[in-house]
Amino acid sequence: MKTTLILSTALSGLAFAATAQEVNVVSWGGAYETSQVEAYNKPFTAETGIRVNMIAADNPATPLKAQVEAGNVTGDVFDVEVSDAIRLCDEGALMEIDPAMLPAAPDGTPAVDDFVPGALQDCAVANIVWGTVISYNTTKFEGEMPQTAADFFDTETFPGKRGLPRNPKRTLYLALIADGVPAAEIYDVLGTDEGVDRAFAKLDTIKNDVVWWEAGAQPVQLLADGEVSMTTVYNGRVFDAMVAENQPFEIIWDGQYMDMDMFVIPKDAPNLDAAVEYLKFATDTQRLADQARYIAYGPARQSSASLVGLYQDGVTEMAPHMPTSPEALENAVMDDPEFWADRDAEMVERFNAWLASS
Amino acid sequence: MANVALDPHAAVVSTASGGPAALTSADGTPLARALARSQRRARRRAFLLVLPLLAFILITFVVPIGQMLQRSFYNAGFSANMPQVSAWFAETERGTDPDDAAWAALAADLTAAAEARTVAMVGTRINYDLSGTRSLFTSTGRALRGGIEPPYRENLLEIDQKWGDPQLWSVMREASRPVTANFYLAAVDRARDAEGNIVQVDERQRVYTMLFGRTFWLSLVITALTFVLGFPIAHLLATLPLRKSNLLMILVLLPFWTSLLVRTTSWMVLLQQQGVVNDLLVWTGIIGASGRLQMIYNQTGTIIAMTHILLPFMILPLYSVMRTINPSYVRAARSLGASSWTAFRRVYFPQTLPGLGAGALLVFILAVGYYITPALVGGSSGQLISNMIAMHMTSTLNWSLAAALAALLLAAVLVLYWVYDRMVGIDNLKLG
Amino acid sequence: MLDDRHGDAFVAFEHVQKSYDGQTLVVKDLNLAIGKGEFLTMLGPSGSGKTTCLMMLAGFETATHGEIRLAGRPINQVPPHKRGIGMVFQNYALFPHMTVGENLSFPLEVRGMAKPDREARVKRALDMVQMGRFISRRPAQLSGGQQQRIALARALVFDPELVLMDEPLGALDKQLREHMQFEIKHLHEELGITVVYVTHDQGEALTMSDRIAVFNDGRIQQLAPPAELYERPGNSFVASFIGENNSLPGVIEEFQGDKALVRLDGGGVIDATAVNIREKGQRTTVSIRPERVEFKPEMMPPGAHTIEAKVAEVVYMGDILRARLAVAGSDNFVMKMRNTIGQTRLEPGQVIRIGWHPQDARALEPTA
Ligand SMILES: Nc1ncnc2c1ncn2[C@@H]1O[C@H](COP(=O)(O)OP(=O)(O)OP(=O)(O)O)[C@@H](O)[C@H]1O
Ligand SMILES: [Mg+2]
Repeated sequence: MKTTLILSTALSGLAFAATAQEVNVVSWGGAYETSQVEAYNKPFTAETGIRVNMIAADNPATPLKAQVEAGNVTGDVFDVEVSDAIRLCDEGALMEIDPAMLPAAPDGTPAVDDFVPGALQDCAVANIVWGTVISYNTTKFEGEMPQTAADFFDTETFPGKRGLPRNPKRTLYLALIADGVPAAEIYDVLGTDEGVDRAFAKLDTIKNDVVWWEAGAQPVQLLADGEVSMTTVYNGRVFDAMVAENQPFEIIWDGQYMDMDMFVIPKDAPNLDAAVEYLKFATDTQRLADQARYIAYGPARQSSASLVGLYQDGVTEMAPHMPTSPEALENAVMDDPEFWADRDAEMVERFNAWLASS
Repeated sequence: MANVALDPHAAVVSTASGGPAALTSADGTPLARALARSQRRARRRAFLLVLPLLAFILITFVVPIGQMLQRSFYNAGFSANMPQVSAWFAETERGTDPDDAAWAALAADLTAAAEARTVAMVGTRINYDLSGTRSLFTSTGRALRGGIEPPYRENLLEIDQKWGDPQLWSVMREASRPVTANFYLAAVDRARDAEGNIVQVDERQRVYTMLFGRTFWLSLVITALTFVLGFPIAHLLATLPLRKSNLLMILVLLPFWTSLLVRTTSWMVLLQQQGVVNDLLVWTGIIGASGRLQMIYNQTGTIIAMTHILLPFMILPLYSVMRTINPSYVRAARSLGASSWTAFRRVYFPQTLPGLGAGALLVFILAVGYYITPALVGGSSGQLISNMIAMHMTSTLNWSLAAALAALLLAAVLVLYWVYDRMVGIDNLKLG
Repeated sequence: MLDDRHGDAFVAFEHVQKSYDGQTLVVKDLNLAIGKGEFLTMLGPSGSGKTTCLMMLAGFETATHGEIRLAGRPINQVPPHKRGIGMVFQNYALFPHMTVGENLSFPLEVRGMAKPDREARVKRALDMVQMGRFISRRPAQLSGGQQQRIALARALVFDPELVLMDEPLGALDKQLREHMQFEIKHLHEELGITVVYVTHDQGEALTMSDRIAVFNDGRIQQLAPPAELYERPGNSFVASFIGENNSLPGVIEEFQGDKALVRLDGGGVIDATAVNIREKGQRTTVSIRPERVEFKPEMMPPGAHTIEAKVAEVVYMGDILRARLAVAGSDNFVMKMRNTIGQTRLEPGQVIRIGWHPQDARALEPTA
């Protein structure tokens, strides 16, 4: 009896030691996860000795919500979209993160001033900025090439089908931009009934030419197969196709829709200390700049921009491919999580009703 | 007992009542009781054997589904976090304009909720019924962090005019009781207006009833197609010599062994406008280069891909029934003077009905719940109700509405099952 | 009772061959003429091609070669449902989803008969097999014997002139089988139909048939009425297949008219009737029925050869006594004695001399 007691005490001590030495990070899988493993996890483990378990999810917010509701949180750090980060924070599920604890930039600029606007939320820190951009297949047009979001809706001059994601969030804004609404006013217009009608009216002009896509890999494939001549696509995906597969694609940055991915820590994270360490490490200037070596997503810190170098192929200059480059930011729409938290369900219903009407 | 048996009156009684005379076992206990005792032990042992499975099913299946269903009519997001204003709603009648007490309760609740970081949950709950109000709660919550002074009505209206909206008060009244039918109303394109009457939602917003209709219609079409395509294959399987039928069976099962995404993607490669089938049609001159057919990213694509994916579920039960149909039945019919068509129609086909029923039920139920394939190949006209459920599960996170939609789907399937039982008889079902 | 000119026959097989796989012949050069009203049984071991022949006649298998005629008309190209042949299957093949009445009315329906006529016919057919009460039952609610009767009634209800039965009684117990044998025979006589019957039960074949065709290895070994088949088997296969039989191998030593002297391999010389054997020195198998063997000198025909035998075992079987003897090198020679008053009791080990009437011993060509 006594021995068992000692043994179990020893074992639980061991178990504690083991849990203290690891951190569970839930991310999106694929090339994005690889870039995080290379840029964050490997140096983190090398420096601290803390093992990082990468767990892939279709959308890490879904398991996070489920774990919190079930009262059984197993992940420590989750990589989620901004809207989910704010929503879950509002619901009290997440640990608050004080920007003061994040490392300053190499030149001493405090984190609060170094991160791009919107990158620091009450409970979340952004690591990358990614864009939904228009891309076209250069072999599909002769002479003049499309330049703007308006060209996307001009099937007369630029014939061929168009690829769009089947959701309101990443289609309505584009219709408004193409209709001449400046990027800064998109949400004001979309907030009114007339504005929504206007967006749908613009979409109506190409409704019969659209191939709707669902998963991020689809638009690249549609473009490569020649099934569409132009599509919106996540900039990292199309970068891969252009650089790694030498596809004849070009990007139009006009009307870019910018999103951020954010790290959050649930309140009941099993390895809270290790999670905080990981978060601080992964969002420092050098790590974010390193990540651009593996994937074409922009660092959420301004100080990282000058450190962005070549792609892992050793020849491609990454700076122009960053969604945060000056050209890309010219007419870019930043995601507004507040707006979508209010309107998503309603818009989804309207969007699907619109889809079904002929 | 023996006395009773000897008692002539007892005999008379038992004959009169029509019941059987009480039989006894060797030791004199009534046979029925002895039998019951021996069976009870066997039953107990059998129960212990299935107990682990029962627990497994209960934990992994019944409990989650039960929780999910509970969400569809129970949401305490408002009532639990806004106790004072909920109490005011409970005391007053529908249609009562908010008085000072109501405003005070609202202000107190909002302050407390902002403190406890639950105001977003409250806003989310109200947003389900009245789109665009979540930010009203979160922004007011932020404004109230420093506390609020009377007069509450004026001060709240100063923060946001929307607090005076009667529709908002009507929705809050609805939400003040955790049990609600609103999610079911939303799932059939209905909502409550400011007076609490059930009305249809704006025409541009109606989507669910249409999708339910489409889902059932497409599932029916897919079931019919799997039958038309699967019946001859099942028949071949059941009648070919073993070596050949094994090969064919592998071909039938092949789809099971490849991932759903791979299968769906291969349909894209085949059917898209620049795809193999269109290329072939253009090459053979059946269609012109400009007239390439749109066979995917629409209803046709959904039907083709889902028919293919669900085909084995029709073939396997049909096959297992057909294999047991002795060829001598058809021979007998032929020898009795029936042409091969008559023999098929009158003798063979009726005997395959149990398999057909099982296959059709399986395919239909699976088709009704499918979402990955229609999401990928369905375009705008091939989306099904499950796609909306998935959307609310993963994107809008309105799980209550998702649960209500799923519950309606489940109810519809159960009704169908019941109708099937009524018409054909469930014991006439052969699943394998 | 029927000459071999096939032209007059009701059913005729002419040089019919059948192969399923293109390599082996399952039926080899079948020639058979069946007269109208005849009860012909195909008898033979399992796999000898009986069912195949029946299926070719019914139209479910095509003959690889040769011609089959029904009432003078070649039917090779006629589909099964136009042949008008009634058929009873071994497993009865009653349609499980139809009641007894529907089963019987099926052949009438497909012939387009009006409802009142159908009902009358169905009732008559059911009464014929004493099953009138069961008209609205399903086959699954009937016993094996009852199903058998229904199958019979269904095969007869549309008045076919020819009825084929493939081991129709195979699944019944002995008593019921004997009863049904009697009923089938009775119906055959009453209705005047032609029956082709398949069985591998020789007792059944012997009691029911006008003629029996003994099949082996895809060929008819002998076609004859039951008594002739038993009394005068044409070859050693038939001899050993029908009834119990002793066979002794040997060589022909001499002919005396129909009679032959045979020197047995195990020593000794015996008398026998020569069948299909014409040359001295030819090898032969002598076949003798156990009940025709005698050991008492006074029962033996004058001048008959006798041979020495040693009693190995005597089994009491009620009506008869069965002795197993060692004779001419074989220790499995059987002799049956009627259990009469005063019958001599033999003891194991006793040495006796046995003999027989030369007519009862048949020198046949040896089995290949
Ligand atoms: N459909 C078939 N395909 C191939 N070979 C077959 C087929 N049916 C029968 N055979 C072969 O033909 C031969 C004769 O079969 P058949 O069924 O005619 O025998 P049978 O005399 O009816 O035997 P049993 O008394 O066992 O019913 C057998 O060797 C059998 O294996
Ligand atoms: Mg047979």
